[in-house]
Amino acid sequence: MTTVAERVSAEHAVGEQLTAIWEESPGLHSWFATVDHKRIGRRYLFTAALFFVFAGLEAMAMRTQLARPDEHLLTPEAYNQLFTLHGTTMIFLFATPMLFGFGNVLVPLMIGARDMAFPRLNAFGYWVFASSGFLMSASLLFGAAPDGGWFSYVPLTEKAYLPGAGTDVYCVGLLLLGISTTAGAINFIVTALTMRAPGMSLNRVPMFVWSIVVTSFLVLFALPVLNVDNAMLFLDRRWGYHFFDRAHGGDAVLWQHLFWLFGHPDVYIIVLPALGIVSSIVPVFARRPLAAYPLLVLSTIGTGVIGFGVWVHHMFAVGLPQLALSFFSAASLIITIPAGIQIFSWAITIALGRLVVRTPMLFVLGFLAVFVMGGVTGVMFAVVPFDQQTTDSYFVVAHFHYVLFGGAVFPILGALYFWLPKITGRMLSERLGRWSFWIVLLGFNLTFLPMHIQGLLGMPRRVYTYQSGLGWDLWNMLETIGAYILLVGLALTLFNILRSLRSGPVAPDNPWGGESLEWATSSPPAPYNFAVVPTVHSLHPMWDEQTLATMVADRDDPERALTDGKLGLRTSDLDGIAEHPLELPEETLTPFVTAAGLLAIALGFLLGHYVIAYVGAGITVIGIWGWQWPKREPQEASA
Amino acid sequence: MTSVAEAVTRPGAAAREVPAGRRPGWWGTVLFLLTDVAVFAAMLASYFYLRFAANSEWPPAGIEVPKLLKPAILTVLLVPSSIPLIWADLGIKKGQRGRLIAGVSLTFLMGAAFLGVQYTEYAEKLKEYGPSSNAYGSLFYLITGWHGFHVLVGLLGLAFVLAAAISGRITKHHHARVRMIALFWHTVDAVWIAIVATVYLSPHL
Amino acid sequence: MAASRISARTVRGSLVLLGIGLLGGCGGRQSALDPAGPGARRIAGLWWGFFAISVVVFVVVMFFVLWALVLRRGPDVTPRPGGDRAVVLAGVVVPVLVLVGVYGAGLHVMTEQRTTGHKAAFAIDVIGHDWWWEVRYPDQRIVTANEIHIPVGRPVTVRLATKDVIHSFWVPSLQSKTDLVPGKSNETWLLADHAGRFRGQCAEYCGLQHAGMGFVVIADPPAVFDAWVAQESGDRTAPTTASAQRGEQVFESQSCASCHTIRGTTAGGTLGPDLTHFGSRSTLGAGVAPNDRGWLGGWIANSQTVKPGNLMPPQPLDPQELRSLLDYLEGLK
Repeated sequence: MTTVAERVSAEHAVGEQLTAIWEESPGLHSWFATVDHKRIGRRYLFTAALFFVFAGLEAMAMRTQLARPDEHLLTPEAYNQLFTLHGTTMIFLFATPMLFGFGNVLVPLMIGARDMAFPRLNAFGYWVFASSGFLMSASLLFGAAPDGGWFSYVPLTEKAYLPGAGTDVYCVGLLLLGISTTAGAINFIVTALTMRAPGMSLNRVPMFVWSIVVTSFLVLFALPVLNVDNAMLFLDRRWGYHFFDRAHGGDAVLWQHLFWLFGHPDVYIIVLPALGIVSSIVPVFARRPLAAYPLLVLSTIGTGVIGFGVWVHHMFAVGLPQLALSFFSAASLIITIPAGIQIFSWAITIALGRLVVRTPMLFVLGFLAVFVMGGVTGVMFAVVPFDQQTTDSYFVVAHFHYVLFGGAVFPILGALYFWLPKITGRMLSERLGRWSFWIVLLGFNLTFLPMHIQGLLGMPRRVYTYQSGLGWDLWNMLETIGAYILLVGLALTLFNILRSLRSGPVAPDNPWGGESLEWATSSPPAPYNFAVVPTVHSLHPMWDEQTLATMVADRDDPERALTDGKLGLRTSDLDGIAEHPLELPEETLTPFVTAAGLLAIALGFLLGHYVIAYVGAGITVIGIWGWQWPKREPQEASA
Repeated sequence: MTSVAEAVTRPGAAAREVPAGRRPGWWGTVLFLLTDVAVFAAMLASYFYLRFAANSEWPPAGIEVPKLLKPAILTVLLVPSSIPLIWADLGIKKGQRGRLIAGVSLTFLMGAAFLGVQYTEYAEKLKEYGPSSNAYGSLFYLITGWHGFHVLVGLLGLAFVLAAAISGRITKHHHARVRMIALFWHTVDAVWIAIVATVYLSPHL
Repeated sequence: MAASRISARTVRGSLVLLGIGLLGGCGGRQSALDPAGPGARRIAGLWWGFFAISVVVFVVVMFFVLWALVLRRGPDVTPRPGGDRAVVLAGVVVPVLVLVGVYGAGLHVMTEQRTTGHKAAFAIDVIGHDWWWEVRYPDQRIVTANEIHIPVGRPVTVRLATKDVIHSFWVPSLQSKTDLVPGKSNETWLLADHAGRFRGQCAEYCGLQHAGMGFVVIADPPAVFDAWVAQESGDRTAPTTASAQRGEQVFESQSCASCHTIRGTTAGGTLGPDLTHFGSRSTLGAGVAPNDRGWLGGWIANSQTVKPGNLMPPQPLDPQELRSLLDYLEGLK
């Protein structure tokens, strides 16, 4: 259960040849030119974690300001930038990139592939994400951070009311980021569709891969709506267009419709991959397969689809017709069902299995408690009159932190403890992990549980200060204390990771006895992932005894060892029947150059110096031209 | 062992005739086009939303209902331009590089003519209203402008194909990029029809 | 194993007492859990029902976890297969039943909320500004700001509009919130079933001083309400002392008049709140400070120190003028 003998045997046969083909050169050029999904995935994780720290410190500043009434540590200008950046950073620069980072590392490994379908697109996606993130974060240093709230309602964010550059940074930054997220989504779908190991039919695809694929479809349809919204706002602000201003035929509520048409699916874009993580961890630490796998898949898809039909529940106080409110209320209640199915599948799997408590599982158990609490207040918000009393108050701040921290951060923390040994080759300290878990759980609940009460006692959200004597003072102080405790808990995990990187015990192939294919590689995996592409016999390839045997049996099969170049394997879309090898690209600077061009375009528009944008456009065209220019050597015949 | 596993693992399995699926690049192009069309869909939805939220005349007072001559010309230039492209794509499948170059060039010319006529249309319309006149103007220029930008990008893609073809990099066995750029071009055509229906025809209803 | 039985009412009562106990000050009640009228009471009822259901759901899910933690650990335990049917029962059948009930309760309250508003005695207009509330009683010819008086026991329609960005009208002890949206004419209603002061606050982020955009709703017994109407609908109380008269001259001649109206004088500005009966209001700056001489002096001299970012510029007046002005404004009952 620790070293996978079949893996060793396969690498013994063909590992050296494959390393010569797949290993990327050390040095600076390779750092910019890499197309290896494991390196790119690690980068996503690291950069997203950095943004989590930024956004977390922003929160600490806000909580310190709010500890006491009528506090003056922060001016309203500063506070408003902080809460806007906190939400924007957490949602756009931490949550999805972190989960896409895990997707990047794990999807090819879980499906038995050598890399993603589009390795250069993968690299491109990272560079665009990084540049967008730093653009938006750096704005704080210039006092030009967005300050209209993370959902940026008009008319407040029109030039007349917020003339500073903040909202321009918001629009341009998110437009740029949207390109990255879309690129990642396309990559995940095509990889999962075309490159699964032979024998991995759709009913044998791991839940995490399903959740990433469904999420990617959500991205494809939700992000365009946000992009249109942001483009319209930018046009209004920069060139006096009139999409949102009443006096000239526009409508402020249009902003909200478009935003939430994106915004609600976005919460599932964040939560679904995290639920996929939970589905990966539960079977391993309950020592049995998940209950009702087909229902889990259908629930994931169902949540995604219904998620496009509930957006108006963010607008219940806007004054829309009662019939519309009734419809969206019903839809918002219905979407509870697929979520409930997943919760009970995990709960019943755990209750019927044999529970092994290690840090990854602790975070999953914590997730169950916290996410369910967030879920039940979510049901309350589906009820229109209740929503109208509690939306825009601290009650909703409590709700969404329970579902987001519970539903995404707890699984991410669990995922770090679960998969960092695979990614880095070093184990994390179990003792530090447990301490971190309990302190995080305590700190989180102390910070956010009182907010439910505070909201019902009438405290609105997004206020930089409040008066004494309204019944809010004690709760605010407790919450600030809780925030500092939470900070300590999270810092413990950070410390754990840093220490493990330096001097942690070496990680074996499969330290947890996992069931999916990523555990059939070395820790960290070799550059080529699998020396011999396995043939999959079940939903639990590491547990079924036949799959691993094929890695030895097929050592001499050229269509499984694929040593004739940098090759992946195309298998059929539904059944996973092997078809033919796929040529994968070498390292190249073209994704980086293209991304740099896009950044220049963004800067040009932002600063109003359009020459920079034209130059950037030229660079982008050159980058894409170079990237796509057909090779002299023969390629595959077209379909 | 399941029959699938048997099929792929027995000796000679790799040589078995299996209907090949689409290239990953094809899937990637199709997914990209889906998301691209979604952008236009959001814009057209916004058009109808603002139109019916306005609850007053449409186009607003002072602006005439769109004339139909220029859009008709634009349509005749753009939509049939897909035909030489399809002809070119089928040609290179048979290895006829000359046909590829001829067809793509013709499509390119028609597309360039489209942009030229659109330029004159804008010049004329801007005298009447601009994007900052009112929401109607903002919508008109956003939707047609974004589409025009797509035509421009399509022209760049066609130029790319021409360059690659002339340099001998596109052959009977290696021509996937032609199909991908053609898919983009056909999508831009189809979107144009939706735009004509929304922006030019619907105000007449 | 019997857990200690805490009745719902005790829990509810304790929380409310805790809440009220932590209240204080002259602001008034601002709690959705301390309803003073049917608008908020029905919703508070929903809350307690949902809270009870939520506790049950949470306990059920955690039961599985605790079961496993206590009984399903250790090398002697063998994992059991199956559970699919249990997932359907717990994840689909039971939730559907519960959610139908929840939806029904919600629809019922939603309908009641709508019909109560139809029986209103009269209508008032509340217009949102950055960062204060303009209040008009067209039937009674009253214009005031940041303070709303309603008669106990009679619903009042509130028509909502905004001069600039989106705001939200929220007075939790009486009613759920409704947004003030440019171009939309939203309406809500207020009904208090006993007298009292109820605090409200803007609940849609509207810029720099969103936190400082408060207001108060005062429910008066009918006689008191009628007296208030009589007083408010008239022009300003003429200044009687020499200092106050001097103060009125200062007001009319300085920049005050360009933004504020005092009926019965030449001051007719409309950028800021109507100050005709300012002396009878309990707070200034939309609830950010008490309306007493010290705060008022500071506000006039430089309101940026009280409510940074608000749209009233500092007023450089010499001390004599300021004192007269204060005497005048205090007398505007």
